[in-house]
Amino acid sequence: MSAAVDPAAPRVETPLRRFISQFLESRIAVGGLVVFTIIVLLAVFAPLIAPQNPYDLFQLDIMDGRMEPGTVGGAGFTYWLGTDDQGRDMLSGIIYGLRISLMVGAGSALIAGIIGASLGMLAAYAGGKTDTLIMRLVDLQLSFPTILAALMILAFLGKGISNVVIALVVVEWAYYARTVRGSALVERRREYVEAAQCLALPTRRIIFVHLLPNCLPPLIVIGTIQVARAIALEATLSFLGLGVPITEPSLGLLIANGYEYMLSGKYWISFYPGIALLVTIVSINLVGDHLRDVLNPRLQK
Amino acid sequence: MTLYLIRRLFQALLVMLAMSLIVFIGVYGIGDPVEILISPDADQAERTRAIAALGLDLPLWRQYGVFLLRALQGDLGRSFVYNEPALQLIMQRMPATLELAIGATVMAIVIGLPLGLYAGLKPESIGGKTIMAGSILGFSLPSFWVGLMLIMVFAVQLGWLPSTGRGTTVEILGGRWSFLTHDGLAHIIMPAMNLALFKISLVIRLTRAGVREAMLMDYVKFARAKGLTNARVIFVHVFKNILIPVVTVTGLEFGSTIAFSVVTESIFAWPGMGKLIIDSINVLDRPVIVAYLMMIVFMFIIINLVVDLTYTVLDPRVRLESKAT
Repeated sequence: MSAAVDPAAPRVETPLRRFISQFLESRIAVGGLVVFTIIVLLAVFAPLIAPQNPYDLFQLDIMDGRMEPGTVGGAGFTYWLGTDDQGRDMLSGIIYGLRISLMVGAGSALIAGIIGASLGMLAAYAGGKTDTLIMRLVDLQLSFPTILAALMILAFLGKGISNVVIALVVVEWAYYARTVRGSALVERRREYVEAAQCLALPTRRIIFVHLLPNCLPPLIVIGTIQVARAIALEATLSFLGLGVPITEPSLGLLIANGYEYMLSGKYWISFYPGIALLVTIVSINLVGDHLRDVLNPRLQK
Repeated sequence: MTLYLIRRLFQALLVMLAMSLIVFIGVYGIGDPVEILISPDADQAERTRAIAALGLDLPLWRQYGVFLLRALQGDLGRSFVYNEPALQLIMQRMPATLELAIGATVMAIVIGLPLGLYAGLKPESIGGKTIMAGSILGFSLPSFWVGLMLIMVFAVQLGWLPSTGRGTTVEILGGRWSFLTHDGLAHIIMPAMNLALFKISLVIRLTRAGVREAMLMDYVKFARAKGLTNARVIFVHVFKNILIPVVTVTGLEFGSTIAFSVVTESIFAWPGMGKLIIDSINVLDRPVIVAYLMMIVFMFIIINLVVDLTYTVLDPRVRLESKAT
C-alpha cells in the first residue's frame, strides 16, 4: 500500500480521503486488496515472472509429464507445483491461466457495467414505458439462473473467449441496471438535477456528468462482486468444456484437464489451479464486502 | 384469486411462447447441423436424403411452425444421436436429476436452518461468527472445485464414498431411483452435498437475518411477557415468521438447483438431465438441446407460479392484497 494519509497534511476531510481511511480500517479487506494486487501483477507480467512459457512447445518436455510438485525435470528445472500430462510446468500454466481468467472476468464485468449502467440510468431518467420495458427485461433475465442463461448462449454461439464474454455480459448486465436505476431514481429528484435542467443542459450531459457520478458508489460495490462472479462462472463454463478453447487455457480449463488424473491420485494438476482461482475470488469478495459496508450510507452514523 | 390465477397462467403461456422462439432460433439459426450429422464421405444423394429425413431443408420459419405444432402434441423432435424422442430421453434422465435436487434441498434445510437459527440467536458468539464465515465461503467458492475436492478427499484419499455414478437403482413409478438402496444412497451423498453447498449458505443467511429481525419485534416481547418458555417463543412465534422467506427462496432456488445440477452431474458423472444437455451441446444434438431448454423454462414458470400461490397461503397480507385488486 502506498502512504495512505500524510499526517502532516492539513486534515481536510474530502470524500475520497474519508473513503480511503474508512477502507483501511478493515485489515481483512486491506489484506484482500494486497493479495488481489499481487495476483493482477502476476497476470500482467506473466511472461517475465513465469519460469516457463507454457505455450512454447520447444520448452516442454513430454518426458517430464505428470511429475510431482518439487521434482527436478530432465533439463535441471524444478517444477515447484508439478507438471501436467504434457510436461507443462503447472506454476507457469497457472500464471498464464490467471491472465485469461482475469481478462475475461474484468472485461465482461466492465462491458456489462457500461451497458447495464446506461440502461439503468435511462430507465430511471426517462421513466414511463422505457422504464417498464427495461425493467421487464431485467426481471426476465434475473428470473433465470445465470448458469443456465450462459449455457444457452454458449449452446447457440459455440465456445471461444469472445463468446464467453458475450455470455457473461448477457447474464450480468441486469444486476447493474437494477442497482443503478435504484440509486438514480433517488438522485434525479435532487435539486442539482433540477438546476441542471433549468440551465437547459442536454439530457445526455445531465445523465452522464451530473447523475452518474452520484450513482457510482453502489455501482463500484456491485462491480467488484460481479468481477468475482464472472471469474467463477467463466471457470465453471470452461470446466464443462463450453468456455475458452484448449489453446488458451484459463484456470477453469486447467482444473478440467487435471480432473481425470485426480482419480488416480495425481491431485496437483487440478488442485493448484483451483487454489489460485479460490484465492482470486475470495480476495475480490473480501474487498467488495468491505466496500459495501464503507459505501453504504445507511450503515454510516 | 381465480382472476389472478388466470392472468398468471396467460402470462406464463406468453413467456413460454417467446422462449420457444428464442430457443428455436438460437439453436437452429446458428451453425449447421448437416456438417456434424452426416459423414463427410457421404455422396450428394445420401446427403439430400438425410437432410430431408431430418426436415432441415425447409425454411427456418416452417421448421419452427412444424416444431411448435409438434411441441403442442408433446413431440419435441428426435435426438440426432440416440434416434429416440428427445422428450422421452429427457424424461428418462429426470428422476436422477430430481432425486439429486431434492436431496440437496433437504440437506440445505436440515443443515441450514439450525445453523442459521443458532447464528441468529447468538450473533456475537464464536460459533455464530464461524457459521457466518463459513457461509461466505459457501457463497464464494466455485462449487465445481468443491466437488472435485470432495472426490479427492472422500473417494480418492479416504475411500469412504464412491466417486461417480448412481449405484444400484430401484424402479418405482416408472423411474429409476437410487436413494432407496444402500449403495445408491452412498452414491448420492457427495453430489447432493456439493449441490447443496450454496443453498445451505443461503438458508443460513436468510434464517439468521430473519431471526435477528424477529427477536426485536413487539410480538416476541409480548409472548415473553405472557411468560411463554423461550423454546416456545422461538420455535412457534419466531419460526413461523421466518419460514416465509426461507420457503420462498428455497422454492425459487429449486429451479436453479436443477439448472446448476448441470455442473454437479458433470463432475460426479451422475446420469441426469444436466449431463445429457452438456453432452448434447458438445455434439450439437439440437432436438435434445431445445427439448431440455423448453423443459427447464416450463419448470421455471411452474415453480414461480407455485411459489406465488404458496405465498398467498402462508402470508395473509398477500391474500388480502390480491382480494383488494
